[in-house]
Amino acid sequence: MAGNQKQEKSEEQYQKKVDQVTPKPPLLKNLLWAFVVGGLICTLGQFILNYFVDLGLSKKDAAGAAGAVLIFLSAFFTGLGVYDELGKRAGAGSIVPITGFANSIVAPAMEFKREGYVFGIGAKMFVIAGPVLVYGMLTAFIIGLLHWLLH
Amino acid sequence: MKKKLGSQSIRFEQPPIITSTATIVGPMEGEGLLANFFDYVMADNINNYASWEKCESYMIEWAIRKAVEKDNSTLENVDYILAGDLLNQLMATHFAMRSLGRPFLGLYGACSTLAESMLIGSTLLDGGFAEKIAIAVSSHHDAAERQYRFPTEMGVQRPPISQWTVTGSGSAILSAMGEGPRVTTATVGRVIDLGIKDPNVMGPAMAPAAADTLLCHLNDTGRTPDYYDMIYTGDLGKVGKQLVIDLMQEKGINVSANYEDCGCMVYREEQDAHSGASGCASSGIVFASYLYPLLKKGDLKKILLIGTGSLHSPTSYQQKESIPCIAHAVSIEQ
Amino acid sequence: MQIFVMAFVIGGLICVIGQLLMDLTSLTPAHVLVLFVVLGGVLSGLGLYQPLVDLAGAGASVPLPGFGHALVSGTIEEIDKVGFLGVFSGALKATAVGIMAAVIFGFTMALLFNPKG
Repeated sequence: MAGNQKQEKSEEQYQKKVDQVTPKPPLLKNLLWAFVVGGLICTLGQFILNYFVDLGLSKKDAAGAAGAVLIFLSAFFTGLGVYDELGKRAGAGSIVPITGFANSIVAPAMEFKREGYVFGIGAKMFVIAGPVLVYGMLTAFIIGLLHWLLH
Repeated sequence: MKKKLGSQSIRFEQPPIITSTATIVGPMEGEGLLANFFDYVMADNINNYASWEKCESYMIEWAIRKAVEKDNSTLENVDYILAGDLLNQLMATHFAMRSLGRPFLGLYGACSTLAESMLIGSTLLDGGFAEKIAIAVSSHHDAAERQYRFPTEMGVQRPPISQWTVTGSGSAILSAMGEGPRVTTATVGRVIDLGIKDPNVMGPAMAPAAADTLLCHLNDTGRTPDYYDMIYTGDLGKVGKQLVIDLMQEKGINVSANYEDCGCMVYREEQDAHSGASGCASSGIVFASYLYPLLKKGDLKKILLIGTGSLHSPTSYQQKESIPCIAHAVSIEQ
Repeated sequence: MQIFVMAFVIGGLICVIGQLLMDLTSLTPAHVLVLFVVLGGVLSGLGLYQPLVDLAGAGASVPLPGFGHALVSGTIEEIDKVGFLGVFSGALKATAVGIMAAVIFGFTMALLFNPKG
């Protein structure tokens, strides 16, 4: 018992020491990059959305189509090996938009191609994005259920 | 004569000689601080092989063949090969050993594998169990990223504390006879874990193990830090290095005058490696390309090399475990 | 014109919140993305995300909370149309285009390109 407490105490002390000497991320720079790149990607999305609305799609369908175009662009730039360069500078600005979701699907698909089409590309495609789908669908199910029960 | 020193150290009665070394690295290392010291710099990280892992396998095989060549020896004269890397099931090492065809013992000490192989290899030589031993380690940035962290084309932002896994291989030939610096003592480390959980914070996770092994080494051998011209740790990075100095200071021992970390000696600031280099090859390429020639020339007469390894796995991290670490020390003297 | 400014600002701000979470807490990017999708879904269920979409267009639909919103609003719409089965069918119906695009383009790019590291 006492041994465990002593161990915990020295761990706490060491963690404190580590926190003191650990360099902090350049917050202002990161926030600025996230804001600008995230904003630009969304603005691009808006352009594409407007284009589809002009073509006659409903707002909802246009949003879906615009999303698909952004997904294509993100997949393409991931394939070229450029998206990771953007990601390391833009942080959340490239991860949070739907383009980040696409990157997280294309990157493992490319990486694990060397392990074949079934066990590589096929099995590993959702290794990073999987949780987003699982918990998104779970949320939709629970809220849907509540909606059905209450209405 | 008893060769065990104190609680966990060894004094070699017939200190084995390091008769040659060799290094091969990727382009990023080839543009770093030790650019002119490597035997070969690859043009890219894959060298026309079908995968990162196959490229790493090529590197470690190349490094061993080169070290044998520089030793004016042949592979047949090598009694045993001791080697390891960072990949699951030592993938890169095993396929290289398949080509080399010599008796082989695989080692996993994560980034402490160079020191571990030097320690065990020296024991085999000192005990008269071999005349000539080849040791080698390798690591590959992209192979390690894909196994431990993320697919290489994913847009990730690395925190400033993170370190960059070295792409490269370092090897050495240890002989019972010949000219060169000798491995005189060694200290076997224990697994130390002070509760660091974040694999991005590897340097600080390993620092307590390095300090523990250094302390044991000094106690077992009766030496003080100034016995050595320089003390080196394998890959603690900028932050880990500072923590070792602090941890030793707490024990009343000042190492700040003659201590450096190999992970701080590989990349230039502009290369954006953040806290420094890591990987088996961090100590591997720094020792084999830079420290060994200095020892041979006599610019360095006595060094202590402390290889440091973080022994976590992607599974242990996901199971919310902290990172157990180990450090092994070898003293090399002219 | 105004919609572009709003898209830029709101989209940027949602990303800023993500960046703050990544830099100031021990949450990993994966945690943040799951959090955002769930949050978007919950706000959608409360009727609070649609107004943001009306205001900022792609600035609200492109970031990941927008995906959560699409999942939930699709479910609710389908329930109102077909009843209980909508609890199961609505979410994927609404996001089919996006998920299909991700798989097809992902597969294609993996076929055409190799990772450069």
